[in-house]
Amino acid sequence: MARSNKNVSSIVGRDPVWVRVLLISLAVLWLSALVAIPLVSIFVQAFDHGGAAYLEAIFASDTFDALRLTLLIAFLVVPINTLFGIAVAWCVAKFEFTGKSILSALIDIPFSVSPIIAGLVFVLLFGTQGYFGDWLAAHDIKILFAVPGLVLATLFVTFPFVARELIPAMQAQGTDEEQAGLVLGATGWQTFWRITLPNSRWALLYGIVLCTARAVGEFGAVSVVSGHIRGKTDTLPLHVEILYNEYNFAAAFSAATILAAFGLVSLVAKKTLEYRLRRQTKLLESKV
Amino acid sequence: MSIEVHNIYKRFGNFTALNNIDLQVNSGELLALLGPSGSGKTTLLRILAGLECPDGGRVLLDGVDVTSDSVRNRRVGFVFQHYALFHHLSIFENIAFGLRVLPRNSRPGNAEIQKRVQDLLDLIQLPWVGPRFPNELSGGQRQRVALARALAVQPKVLLLDEPFGALDAKVRQELRGWLRRLHDEIHITSVFVTHDQEEALEVADRVVILNQGRVAQMGSPVEVYHEAFSPFVYEFLGPANRFHGTMLARVLESAEYVQTAPGADVRSAELGFVRPHDFQIVPSESLSALRFRLENVRPLGEQVWLTVRAENQEVSVRVQLPWREWKEFSVSTGSDLWLRPRHIQIFRDPSVQDEWLGEGGHI
Repeated sequence: MARSNKNVSSIVGRDPVWVRVLLISLAVLWLSALVAIPLVSIFVQAFDHGGAAYLEAIFASDTFDALRLTLLIAFLVVPINTLFGIAVAWCVAKFEFTGKSILSALIDIPFSVSPIIAGLVFVLLFGTQGYFGDWLAAHDIKILFAVPGLVLATLFVTFPFVARELIPAMQAQGTDEEQAGLVLGATGWQTFWRITLPNSRWALLYGIVLCTARAVGEFGAVSVVSGHIRGKTDTLPLHVEILYNEYNFAAAFSAATILAAFGLVSLVAKKTLEYRLRRQTKLLESKV
Repeated sequence: MSIEVHNIYKRFGNFTALNNIDLQVNSGELLALLGPSGSGKTTLLRILAGLECPDGGRVLLDGVDVTSDSVRNRRVGFVFQHYALFHHLSIFENIAFGLRVLPRNSRPGNAEIQKRVQDLLDLIQLPWVGPRFPNELSGGQRQRVALARALAVQPKVLLLDEPFGALDAKVRQELRGWLRRLHDEIHITSVFVTHDQEEALEVADRVVILNQGRVAQMGSPVEVYHEAFSPFVYEFLGPANRFHGTMLARVLESAEYVQTAPGADVRSAELGFVRPHDFQIVPSESLSALRFRLENVRPLGEQVWLTVRAENQEVSVRVQLPWREWKEFSVSTGSDLWLRPRHIQIFRDPSVQDEWLGEGGHI
């Protein structure tokens, strides 16, 4: 492996200097224009009126409520989708059954459906004109334009993340180790906890990071079911939009820095986990 | 601890993997299941372990019917072809796994586990690998660890699925001898699957040869090699040249040794085999020799391999001679030479063979 890498770099090294400089600067410029400059400008705008104004904007009650709501939603959604993801990945990766391909396709629906449509589905179901609307109104249960609606919409949008990361990892491992566990006298439960789960832990954590990032940053589906009640059903992304539409740029950008910071942390976590995952895949390959 | 298999039948879709297999493994025996790929040998082994469910028939361990018992309750040791070590656990924890998952009331204490694992590491002659991880070991070492892990739960029988299949030739050779010595030491009833006839003949007490889901023959390595019942077994156990009876007719009388399989007749021989090393060069035309044209000479160390062809024959014949013997003649390619078969194995025509197998007289 190390040797082949060396060969590759020596071939690359043979390109003329101006080609290398040109290609690298193009890449850097492009990324700066698209990613780095906008990212930096968020922080610049946020601190435009000084640190004190920034902190005030963050701790303004509405922004703080939005942050709390966003974290609450993530806190509820991520564990549920983690459990769901593990269960469905285990089914799909380790067992053969009829309808497996249908289940596998169903997992991908949130990826292929626009988030707005996802939100509208919940309006259709739980809105006052919706299928369950009368019944919900009669029992005084509020789903739409309330926290349960936000949680449901976020659940829907983020449910493939854990499963989609776990399935290939679990498939790559095959079932040999589980079979070995069973022959050695382990129960199905023990096999799962002691073999299947530890073997796919990096993929699981990676899926959780992606799921969390999306749960925190989700806009479309949440926007449809939220109703935009300030301090009640405004998540952080929705709140940023509202502040921006009100020409309250400093506050909007201050709130946006929280999301941006969260994104950066996710990115670092994601990169670290990717590295661990790659190393593990390499181990798996060397195993055979 | 004996194993009995009665009438095992298994299908995968339209494919009959095992067709009414009957066999018995005696207590303390090391038995090889030998066959080409698709012969059902691995399926049979997995049925013994309980990893696969037969469609019909019974499996008895020590006289007790375990056909409907789950894998967990059978207490068998199973060694996988690709080791299937738990790669997130150290070698120590790999071997200790079977002890750690025991129900609390029968689980040994930590000190006891420590001791048992260390004893097993000593047994596989790798006492230092405990803290290592599977990916830090070589293939041969991993396979030995897999064996130790299987033995840790003190299984009643040991089942090995192509245990040396994934290793290179030299390590295979070493591990073979090692497995034989280990078995002589611990005498656990063992069954191993292999497609390598040399491995089966060298290691096993008894060999069961499978073909297309049936038992083609079983017996000691000497028996199956020297008294093959069918062309399939004869050809599978070593290189062999196939002759039609008519061609051999003139030399049958004078061959040193002619062996006939059950059901075959020397006088009306239909199919005969001569192994490449059972030819001898004779100086000139004689009653006992066949004339061939030399096509190719390939020296291979102490041996030399010749490719020869009889007149009007499509299939060429392979001959193996000791280098010294060959040097005395040194015939050049393209010229004729006379070969005398020392040993001829006679069978009935294989098309008749199937019918004969079907009569159930094949054991």
